[in-house]
Amino acid sequence: MSVAKSLSHDAAALHVTGAARYIDDIPTPASTLHLAFGTSEIARGTYDTLDLTRVRVAEGVVAVLTADDLPFTNDVSPSAHDEPLLATGTVHYLGQPLFLVVATSHLAARKAARLGQVGYTEETPILTMDEALAADSRFEDGPRIWTKGDVDGALGAAAHRLQGQIEMGGQEHFYLEGQTALALPQEGGDMVVHSSTQHPTEIQHKVADALGVPMNAVRCEVRRMGGGFGGKESQGNALAVGCAIAARQTGQPCKMRYDRDDDMMITGKRHDFRISYDVGFDGNGRVTGVDFTQITRCGWALDLSMPVADRAMLHADNAYHLPSARITSHRLKTNTQSATAFRGFGGPQGVVGIERVMDHIASVLGLDPALVRQRNYYAAMAQGGLSAPHATRPPEDISTRKNAGKDVPYRGAHSPQPTVQSTPYHMPVTDFILHEMTERLLETSDYQARRDAIDRWNAEQIILKKGIALSPVKFGISFTLTHLNQAGALVHVYHDGSVHMNHGGTEMGQGLFQKVAQVAAQRFGIDVAQVKITATDTGKVPNTSATAASSGTDLNGMAVANACDTIRDRIASCLAELHDTEDVRFADGKVFVGNEQMSFAQAAQTAYANRVSLSATGFYKTPDLSWDRIKGEGTPFFYFAQGAAVTEVVIDTLTGENRILRADILHDAGASLNPALDIGQVEGGYVQGAGWLTTEELIWDDKGRLRTHAPATYKIPACSDRPDVFNVALWDEPNPAKTIYRSKAVGEPPFMLGISAFLALSNAVAHCGSNYPDLQAPATAEEMLRAIKRARE
Amino acid sequence: MDVTFLLNGETVQVNADPTRTLLDWLRIDRGLCGTKEGCNEGDCGACTVMVSDDKGALALNACILFMPQLHGKVVRTVEGISAPDGSLHPVQEAMISLHGSQCGFCTPGFITSMAVGHSTGRTDHDDVLAGNLCRCTGYAPIIRAAQAAQAAPVAEWLEESAPDVDPQPYAPESLDELATWYAANPDATLIAGATDVGLWVTKQLRDLASPVFLHRCAELRQITVSDDSITFGAATTMTEVLAVLRNHHPSYAEMVRRYGSEQVRNAATIGGNIANGSPIGDNPPALIALGATLHLRHGTATRDITLADFFIAYGKQDRAAGELVTGVTIPKAAPDLRCYKISKRFDQDISAVCGCFDVTVVDGKVTAARIAFGGMAGIPHRAAAVEGALIGHPWTLETVTKAAKHFDNDYTPMSDMRASAAYRLEAAENLLLRYYATRTGTQTNVLEVAP
Repeated sequence: MSVAKSLSHDAAALHVTGAARYIDDIPTPASTLHLAFGTSEIARGTYDTLDLTRVRVAEGVVAVLTADDLPFTNDVSPSAHDEPLLATGTVHYLGQPLFLVVATSHLAARKAARLGQVGYTEETPILTMDEALAADSRFEDGPRIWTKGDVDGALGAAAHRLQGQIEMGGQEHFYLEGQTALALPQEGGDMVVHSSTQHPTEIQHKVADALGVPMNAVRCEVRRMGGGFGGKESQGNALAVGCAIAARQTGQPCKMRYDRDDDMMITGKRHDFRISYDVGFDGNGRVTGVDFTQITRCGWALDLSMPVADRAMLHADNAYHLPSARITSHRLKTNTQSATAFRGFGGPQGVVGIERVMDHIASVLGLDPALVRQRNYYAAMAQGGLSAPHATRPPEDISTRKNAGKDVPYRGAHSPQPTVQSTPYHMPVTDFILHEMTERLLETSDYQARRDAIDRWNAEQIILKKGIALSPVKFGISFTLTHLNQAGALVHVYHDGSVHMNHGGTEMGQGLFQKVAQVAAQRFGIDVAQVKITATDTGKVPNTSATAASSGTDLNGMAVANACDTIRDRIASCLAELHDTEDVRFADGKVFVGNEQMSFAQAAQTAYANRVSLSATGFYKTPDLSWDRIKGEGTPFFYFAQGAAVTEVVIDTLTGENRILRADILHDAGASLNPALDIGQVEGGYVQGAGWLTTEELIWDDKGRLRTHAPATYKIPACSDRPDVFNVALWDEPNPAKTIYRSKAVGEPPFMLGISAFLALSNAVAHCGSNYPDLQAPATAEEMLRAIKRARE
Repeated sequence: MDVTFLLNGETVQVNADPTRTLLDWLRIDRGLCGTKEGCNEGDCGACTVMVSDDKGALALNACILFMPQLHGKVVRTVEGISAPDGSLHPVQEAMISLHGSQCGFCTPGFITSMAVGHSTGRTDHDDVLAGNLCRCTGYAPIIRAAQAAQAAPVAEWLEESAPDVDPQPYAPESLDELATWYAANPDATLIAGATDVGLWVTKQLRDLASPVFLHRCAELRQITVSDDSITFGAATTMTEVLAVLRNHHPSYAEMVRRYGSEQVRNAATIGGNIANGSPIGDNPPALIALGATLHLRHGTATRDITLADFFIAYGKQDRAAGELVTGVTIPKAAPDLRCYKISKRFDQDISAVCGCFDVTVVDGKVTAARIAFGGMAGIPHRAAAVEGALIGHPWTLETVTKAAKHFDNDYTPMSDMRASAAYRLEAAENLLLRYYATRTGTQTNVLEVAP
């Protein structure tokens, strides 16, 4: 077996020796030129003059490009064609690229880029949510509204009712490798682009448009990114297009990497949100109806804001059955960086909204918040599941054919009909397992006893207080733009038995390549070391979707499995015929043919000698999806990934300083393909999520200048910020949905477990006084001190 | 400038531009791309390299390390951490087997920091790695790897002697030589650790006038501990300062533990932190509260002043052109000194407020008080009104609560990305309450609470 094994990351040995190559490490010809953007110094306005005389004569400058120099499409938007590479006389945010410097070195380009003289006519920028609401500055005609049931009736009839509001800041991705691209001009006007991107096909597409050539003239390659987190889904377009245009104009290779400050000033971040709520509930804390208003700043361009805001609405329920609900979503247009994808893609913001509601209800009723959460959970999946997971026949058995899982029988029909509840978007929830997971976690984390101990400790303490909280996550898996749920693969078996594997997914550290290689090895019954992992390449697998929405392994794992099966079937048929037997099995690096056996290499050699094609493509599309985003109705998700966390914190009531003491996590990765890599995603996601809600604060001044544009001022968690005690376990049960080896997506869902840290802080503040703390995010020391005062007032 | 050093076991002689960073030289000139650029300002650690001399091995940020600073040093990059035969260092082995890398971009910096920590027997991994940011792993597997490698024998291939090098005019070896030269060249840029000046180059893209490097001037690196005082030479690094403070001023030491990061403290000097006149430097409030004396020298003329008098106004210090800070002297003991640093993140962050207190109580009455803050004004200075409201009064919660209200007479802080003016003032008031609570035995430090 090579699946379900905790193998190390495929590039770990390269990482630790400094041999892993990122784009800026690729040896380039001496003639390579370097690029930098000259950017806007105002947030909103126009300019009549763009005097680049000093830029052009600066040392090392080869060329300076403005919008007028772009031969074809001046657009790097992933969606609405509203994002010019270089501004065309109008400025939409402070940091917007106005001109492009091409120079002999990175430093020369950066120096020259500061020498532009721009004659601005400034206008008052729209920066805040309130300013945008007042100006009705928004995307789409008006708010998007989804409704389930009679919300107003439920609120009117509710035994208890309360209102509240929570604001949560955005988040800088802070991938350690900044945005980078390298364009190498080819003969006949073709272009090869290396890009640190989660979406090579998009890079290919945007470069082709910018060069006025068909997509077949552009090839994009990406071996790895130094972190992505959604920040490289669309934000790399500008660099790749800039390099390609400059390379076309100069005939020389062109490279661009943002200095960290430029990266943070130019690129988009997580959407900040304000969520207000009006909720009705009974005396046990069960919600009868809730009315959410979600307001988000999308920044100056559309980018991916519609699906992000949609996903925030889609996660307004998180793990809770809302008998009636209305969700109203305002997508505001502001003169700030265009907010973009970030791990969770709006989901975390929606989840914070309902978790705040649960916390608030528990506070009003004086109940344990964990109990209120459990009472509001969706009904449990029927015993054994609607389609009960069963061990599939071993895939190395040729008679199994095709995808693991496809042959699992539907077992629910003869069982008693379970209660099936629906989400606010009318999708039945049939795979809910958080009841059992929560019970297990409360037990393993010793929640009740620690809660009591904290009460006692707090009673003795004058200045310090502890807090504890549980929060669950139920995250919908699939792109909500249904057609993106497809993937392709290309697999070659060479006649020495070595395997070359390629697919449309990109590696950003999550271990996708290794997990998919494990799948390929499993299909051929060989060791994973025999599978060569190769760079994502639009010349090998076309029309790929972004590696996003946690879907990388689900989609590409299936596509690779299908490609491998095609080849395996061909080899099997060849051997079956030669040996006059139906019995061909692939296992342990060998192929068993009737009573004989041979190495996989010998089998490949035999197939080759008998003129059998040993190369195949594979394709996969997620089944059973249908979604109407305007109505807010349908089945946008294939299944739900789930998890729960209990976090304990301590706060200083004099300064608001706080830290995480302990976190216990139980996370659902289905039947994990690689438990070690999946746990890595859980640990990393938790800390990143906790960072979002605590120390990571984005601050713009009243001119629209981002003041936190470097690690000196923007503080992601450091080593000592991780929980002192950090217990992470996987709920290792097969996915009822027919995914690759019944695993579940794990990239984004654990991010939301960090919300438990925020809730624990709120709990600690609640120990300071009798009022609800009304804690806002991020819970910096300063915000904590404000909340402590609110609690005590 | 001619620079000679040992790089991954090989002697290198280069003629380097004085502000060429080691990182750019490694990646662009030398083609050694294992060392990464993550922020180019010394805040992320992706560019960490191991630099040794006869005092031992240190982790340093290559992005703000100028080539002349390497003269006479031994440098190991991530490419030189494995054994000459290619076998992996214990920290590399552990990072692979315990899944300490995900995207891998921060990993070379972690490996280098961990290798330095391993070679020096460090087990305080959170401090060793405070200057290395990772966005993927949440750090847990990295700490597991550091712990797993702890017991492995030290990698003897990393123990190398520093090369003998000739003195260079850009790096004076004696204080007389330096002081004379500086008096004659008052527009020169003095560079000690370059943790601040480095950013003038990498971020502000400035050209530096006549750079001169202080690291080879042994007299500026002397630490003298006498019966009643401690004198730090101006070019004493914060790592060296921290080691001494741990024995004499534990609260100040705890604050310095959180000052920058390992890499930053290994480069930054106490003199640099004073002389640059920053209103948010962490040493000045502590030193002012200690009543420190600053030593200055202009040519052959020397003078001593009270440190508090050195800071005149924002950007203005009592230092003549061509005059240099040579050292600072503090009392050896100040048992009631407490130093508090408030920042968004505990480690590797610049203070929003840094408050230092030394209040003397005799027979239940306050007889003397020195309270100084950074981050509350254009310069670090004493809280005279608060001190006045304490002195002569009984040491009680009532006195302290009343006195705290005087902070707004002492300071008019500003709002910025680190904190609002209101928070700064409130935190200052509350830090006085914390100081009182601490002295009366109440638990006040979240860092000391165990799960």
